[in-house]
Amino acid sequence: MKITIDQDKCVSSGQCVTAAMDVFDQRDEDGIVLLLNPAPPAELADDVRQAAAVCPALAIHVTE
Amino acid sequence: MTETLNPAGIPAFPGTRAAGCPFDPPPALQGLQEHGPLVKVKLWDDSTPWLVTRYAEQRTLLADPRVSADITRPGYPSQAPYNGGSLSFILMDDPEHARLRRMVTAPFTIKRVEAMRPVVQKIVDDLIDDLLAGPKPVDLVEAFALPVPSLVICELLGVPYTDHDFFQDNSKTIIKRSATPEQRAAAGGRLAAYLDELVGRKLDDPQDDLLSQLAVRVKAGEMSRQEAAQMGVLLLIAGHETTANMIALGTLALLRHPGQLALLRESDDPKLVAGAVEELLRYLNITHSGRRRVALADIEIAGQVIRAGDGLIMPNDIANRDATAFADPDELNIRRDARRHVAFGFGVHQCLGQPLARMELQVVYSTLYRRIPTLRLATDLDQISFKHDGQVYGVYELPLTW
Ligand code: HEM
Ligand code: SF4
Repeated sequence: MKITIDQDKCVSSGQCVTAAMDVFDQRDEDGIVLLLNPAPPAELADDVRQAAAVCPALAIHVTE
Repeated sequence: MTETLNPAGIPAFPGTRAAGCPFDPPPALQGLQEHGPLVKVKLWDDSTPWLVTRYAEQRTLLADPRVSADITRPGYPSQAPYNGGSLSFILMDDPEHARLRRMVTAPFTIKRVEAMRPVVQKIVDDLIDDLLAGPKPVDLVEAFALPVPSLVICELLGVPYTDHDFFQDNSKTIIKRSATPEQRAAAGGRLAAYLDELVGRKLDDPQDDLLSQLAVRVKAGEMSRQEAAQMGVLLLIAGHETTANMIALGTLALLRHPGQLALLRESDDPKLVAGAVEELLRYLNITHSGRRRVALADIEIAGQVIRAGDGLIMPNDIANRDATAFADPDELNIRRDARRHVAFGFGVHQCLGQPLARMELQVVYSTLYRRIPTLRLATDLDQISFKHDGQVYGVYELPLTW
């Protein structure tokens, strides 16, 4: 699994951090998404798919 | 269905909820799903925007940059005549929307909100102490549901303790049913003036709070002091009645589903509590008037063409009860995975305060029913008056005893 994020689209909802806090974080100054791990291990795959599905800004792309 | 069709064959929006089913969307509205993902409805001003009935199409359109939230554009399906008043970023499009939204996102990161959890727990515990020490029955709305978010917003903005009563009294007046429009406007004016004065104080003596962060921007010339104060008012209005109604209506829904309430009360699993919050958001849909938008270009969707200038209404009530998205959608089931709901909207305007709202509700739902396990309704369901006409759905009063 490979993840890319688009910080320009991100609206700081925090949904990705709630879904997969080992993979996503937010910048302190404005809550914009930070990618902690672009190629997370298989056991986090479901959480990452969940994060991409709930991102309101469609800012998370996952390739399996 | 047919009885709700007007002579032109276009159903009126919004409809009315069925008697005895205060948690369900109006049956006529839910029935529109059978007519396809897009149907025309008629509004108060005889305009006929599209009503988007399905979860999938609502999400697609709310995330489409060709769909505008700008109330001043012709075709925007407004709820009432637009009075030309000043607009907050909730009714603006990018890039202006993004610029303003990003000025207030910092306090809403998951990290910052989690750091506030002990403070919220204390607010909730203290209010429950007061409930237990006071007379019964008690109106939960007045004594608990409204004070919780009001005190939390005080904390967030940095309103000093000595001003909490002033802040709470005026916040309550803004949404009070018995208040006249003049009284509401006066209370709003007092709050705006107070916040403006408070921004002034933060300019001289910055603390670790939202108004101080905005004061820094005022100093840097990024916004005016008045804009900073308006931002404070916006956060109060967006976060107060919404959270309060989730607390009161959520409590009523749980009291009407005793099995679900028992599950919640007897578990100390934070995941179950978090899941219950998502499910109650999905099930209750307190923001019941629908997201309102207008198309900026021709958009093809679900075999239809939405024309540039067409109005769009996307009620989360029926998206969250769409059987293609949620199995047995009309069942309240706190164990289901409801996280994909659209109770906070979708797209770039999705609720900015959602991490805070979630945390507040998690604290409330995991504390109130455990500390008062015999909590029960002190009247009959048919004696309770619901906010059918409200901007945000809920109950006006919730008399409880234990
Ligand atoms: C359970 C409680 C809440 C619910 C159900 C709720 C619901 C919503 C919804 C549906 C929207 C989207 C409006 C649209 O797309 O047109 C929204 C936007 C917003 N909410 Fe909330 N909200 C809640 C609590 C809060 C809190 C606690 C705050 C802040 C303290 C807040 C601040 C905002 C703001 C500023 C916006 C505008 C965002 C934008 O336009 O970019 N909300 N909310
Ligand atoms: S879910 Fe999407 S919009 Fe929200 S913080 Fe993550 S990337 Fe940004």
